[in-house]
Amino acid sequence: MKHSLKRLFCSNALFTIGVVICLFWILAAVFAPLIAPYDPVAQDLSVRLKPPSAEHWFGTDSFGQDIFSRVIFGGRYSLFAGLLTVVIAGALGTLYGAIAGYVGGWVDNVMMRLSEMIMSFPSLILAMIINTVMGSNLFNTMFALVIVAWPNYARLMRSVVLSVKENEYVSAARALGAGGLRVLLREVIPNSVSSVLIMATTDIGNQILMFSTLSFLGLGSAPPTPEWGMMVSDGVDNFNKFWIAGFPGLAIFTMAVGANFIGDGMRDLLDPKLRKQF
Amino acid sequence: MSEDVLMRAVDLKVYFKGEGRGAGIVRAVDGVSLDILRGETLGIVGESGCGKSTLGRTLLRLQEPVAGSIFLEGRDISRLRGAALKQMRREAQIVFQDPSACLNPRRTVRQILREPFGIHGMEGTMDVDARICELLRLVGLDEYLLSRYPHELSGGQKQRIGIARALALEPKIVVCDEAVSALDVSVQAQVLNLLQELKEKLHLTYFFISHNLNVVYQVSDRVGVMYLGKLVELADCAQLYEKRCHPYTEALLSAVPRVGAGERGERIHLAGEVPDPANPPSGCRFHTRCPKACEKCRVSEPVLTEVEPGHFVACHLAGDAT
Repeated sequence: MKHSLKRLFCSNALFTIGVVICLFWILAAVFAPLIAPYDPVAQDLSVRLKPPSAEHWFGTDSFGQDIFSRVIFGGRYSLFAGLLTVVIAGALGTLYGAIAGYVGGWVDNVMMRLSEMIMSFPSLILAMIINTVMGSNLFNTMFALVIVAWPNYARLMRSVVLSVKENEYVSAARALGAGGLRVLLREVIPNSVSSVLIMATTDIGNQILMFSTLSFLGLGSAPPTPEWGMMVSDGVDNFNKFWIAGFPGLAIFTMAVGANFIGDGMRDLLDPKLRKQF
Repeated sequence: MSEDVLMRAVDLKVYFKGEGRGAGIVRAVDGVSLDILRGETLGIVGESGCGKSTLGRTLLRLQEPVAGSIFLEGRDISRLRGAALKQMRREAQIVFQDPSACLNPRRTVRQILREPFGIHGMEGTMDVDARICELLRLVGLDEYLLSRYPHELSGGQKQRIGIARALALEPKIVVCDEAVSALDVSVQAQVLNLLQELKEKLHLTYFFISHNLNVVYQVSDRVGVMYLGKLVELADCAQLYEKRCHPYTEALLSAVPRVGAGERGERIHLAGEVPDPANPPSGCRFHTRCPKACEKCRVSEPVLTEVEPGHFVACHLAGDAT
């Protein structure tokens, strides 16, 4: 695994770029207080709407807040929300789909129809409804994103489990007397998760975009919070001042692209058909 | 009955629901009764899709029968659940066809062989590591393989691991489901010899499923022939290869390639395909392809009857043929 990871870095430039981008944003978020020159929520009305300069690298917004500092701090919210959403939705969906696929029959039918009910809504609208009903804050936004995202994992996992459970080693475990849960946890899930992992890595980018979209629409975090999506929506009021929406937008873009590059690289690494090359 | 019956199936039926709407019920195993005697190797031959693997899996309760009973040492195991079923698992094991699919690719050989003991909570009560090494020696492998993953092993080695796993809990009967079909011919012979050795050493009973007639002839004491979910002929191995009563068996055996032998018989070609098991023909299931079919065969279904001691045939013409 270590060896193949090294080869992957050498042979797959996009994967490397993705890792570098994501590492950059993670480090920026972790060390934000050391990097950011200003307090991200401090307002200074004397310097409002200033273009990028030596004092304010990315300029200032309509409250005179330093955009560079806000972008650096903003990574904390976007990355945290994106990662946590994917981890929770991925874990829930994986378990749900694995049970549905392994048990089969009417259980599978009922479970899958339930998940399809959620999928039949446009995801953004469903997330907005949940957010509006529950009140919008960071936690509720993530909750809404999880609700919208998990059925995708459940469906993928179910379809993989359907083929994996036909393997003879699953029959062998059952013939030895292993119970359903043991077979599921030891034989079926370990051999099914690789495709879910690939999907999860790619999905981090999507979730960050979803989170930013909701913030842009005014759902999610409350105004002074330096959140990328909300910062972009601030820029709409001052459309001729490109830096207000442009820099946070660039941050969202690079983060999403980086996560997708990693997802693609993971697919190459975990796909058994491609693995021989590494 | 004078012989010691280890496992007995009585009128076993396994049906599958067909794919999609309007599809019929596939009668994979349709009323099979047989005895497996202690210490014997009972071979089962038949074309692909005739239900022989399903029969083997059902005997081990890996597949639920829709009707019929299975007795292991006189005890009905076809309705067992929970702890009783788990206990029964120790006495009947299976060796699979595909050596690369029968081992979990994410676990080492050591973890794979440890599994049976973990499942039955025996890890505290015995020296599992010593037992695993013993198992490996039993199947002729070295201990250095313990830390390997399945994909690092050859097909023969994997199959030996599969055999070791099946033997871990000291079963009384082992179902060999096409156990050597996926191996190279030279490795096949080695594994067959190993199975033979193990049988003598551990007093095992085999239910040996194969489509390879030569292999079955080599290892079996008795042979059963299946066609479309039914047992059509069952006899001593020597008896069957000498005098087969069912026209299907005759056609099957005439298809065995022989090298050099001068007494090569006429090859009997069967017309057509195996009928759809979801919609089997009326009367004798073989009548659509049988060269000797008569009116009676189309109407009434023949039952398995003993035409001579130990030789059972399900054919209307069997009596006349002898």
